[in-house]
Amino acid sequence: MKAIYIMWLREVKRFIRSKSRIVGSLGQPILFLVALGYGLGPVFAKAGQGNYLEFIAPGIIGMSIIFSAIFNGMQVIWDRQFGFLKETMVAPVSRLSIMFGRTLGGATVAGAQGTLVLILAMLAGFRPVSWFAIIPALFIMLLIALLFSALGIMVASRLKDMQGFQLIMNFLVMPLFFLSGALFPLNNVPSALLLVARFDPLSYGVDALRFFLIGTSMFSLTLDIGVLVGVSALFLVIGSYFFSRMEV
Amino acid sequence: MESMTNIIEVKDLGKSFGDFVAVKDVTFSVERGGIFAFLGPNGAGKSTTIKMLTTLLHPTTGTISINGHDPMTEPDAARQSFGIVFQDPSLDEDLTALENLELHGVLYNVPKETMKKRIPEMLALVELSDRQNDFVREFSGGMKRRLEIARGLLHHPKIIFLDEPTLGLDPQTRNALWGYVQKLNIEEGITVFFTTHYMEEADRIAKHIAIIDHGVIIAQGTSDALQQQTGTATLEEAFLKLTGSAIRDESSSTLDHMRQARQMHGGRR
Repeated sequence: MKAIYIMWLREVKRFIRSKSRIVGSLGQPILFLVALGYGLGPVFAKAGQGNYLEFIAPGIIGMSIIFSAIFNGMQVIWDRQFGFLKETMVAPVSRLSIMFGRTLGGATVAGAQGTLVLILAMLAGFRPVSWFAIIPALFIMLLIALLFSALGIMVASRLKDMQGFQLIMNFLVMPLFFLSGALFPLNNVPSALLLVARFDPLSYGVDALRFFLIGTSMFSLTLDIGVLVGVSALFLVIGSYFFSRMEV
Repeated sequence: MESMTNIIEVKDLGKSFGDFVAVKDVTFSVERGGIFAFLGPNGAGKSTTIKMLTTLLHPTTGTISINGHDPMTEPDAARQSFGIVFQDPSLDEDLTALENLELHGVLYNVPKETMKKRIPEMLALVELSDRQNDFVREFSGGMKRRLEIARGLLHHPKIIFLDEPTLGLDPQTRNALWGYVQKLNIEEGITVFFTTHYMEEADRIAKHIAIIDHGVIIAQGTSDALQQQTGTATLEEAFLKLTGSAIRDESSSTLDHMRQARQMHGGRR
């Protein structure tokens, strides 16, 4: 337990201290919110779909969480290359608790990042349907963060160096984001795209966020939460298996 | 398996990576409280052996006993009994010196009360007390190495592994570093297992020396015995006679590239 806590604390401390990282990672969500939210807003409204800023705000929150969580998981590669990983690998604690602590830490950090984006979105004019809905929305954000933090560590455990990072960004993170329905409604898309979106766990995360924040959703909330919990558990199991087999 | 006099027992140890045999039939033992130097040219199998001793690699053949524990079947008991300073720094540069030590203490289950006493002691030993709240990324290579020694000793290990601890350090730091190690060996009875490319260090510090080449141990004994055996006047000559003077080229790994990059960028990420 103490090992999980100290690994969690490490991630949180590193996050709080890297001011440039916090500010830097807010740039992209702001750009998306402003450029797309205001830029495409009139078109979206003309098509009879309502307020686009309202619609994409949960999607952009989801985006900042997935980027932050996977990036954080990928820090395992940095730790491998800069040696700190070895320190944790020869410690007399199970690798499971090391992996768990890191995942929870990464999830906390990504959840905090998502909360910051929610605040920014509200500054940009976004209003949730009910203030009380923010609490369950924060819970969904943590679930999304947990899922992708575990995915990041799972992937990083199999990579030897940062060379693979671009590959992961372009062929895993970007598709997960763009195909998730974060930017467009899934109810009228071609069936092929909908099929792909159904295999993307972020679709369910963003959908659940929309349910609480703007009161519309594509899937049922039970399905959303079920998928988030189930896939998180799956990634945690696979991730800890990979992590425990890592040789440094 | 447990031996009263030998804290490390290695028998017929071997490790293969596919067709490549990195370590073959290595047998040696280290006396409790002894200082043991493990020497060999680059790529001889030193690091592979240390990784197997410290639970980071699974041996292909043979047995290991670390303070009576098999690193494979009782990894946590084995891990609790040693401290290690790796060839490359393994500190978290975004934490302070103190935080690095505390993190280690928690991972090794050192009681809070013990930590309160032990951390200042270890910081004083390596002369870093006044820098404890500084971030490690601001430290020089020598300071990092000293901090790693303090960290490796924090949980009162029975054995300390030092993998080329003096590489790239100036003579002052090297001297100081061996000073700490010898002090701990005498005061706390810690067994020291180290590798180095500086033969005069091995000659001066180690009571027992093993030389490994191409994955096989080719000679063992005291420095004097090795010199006598080869009919040479210094340990360096004995080493060269035993291992030949051909230069070994290790294939460059990603880590080497990273090391270069780190040097180029002045130690910052």
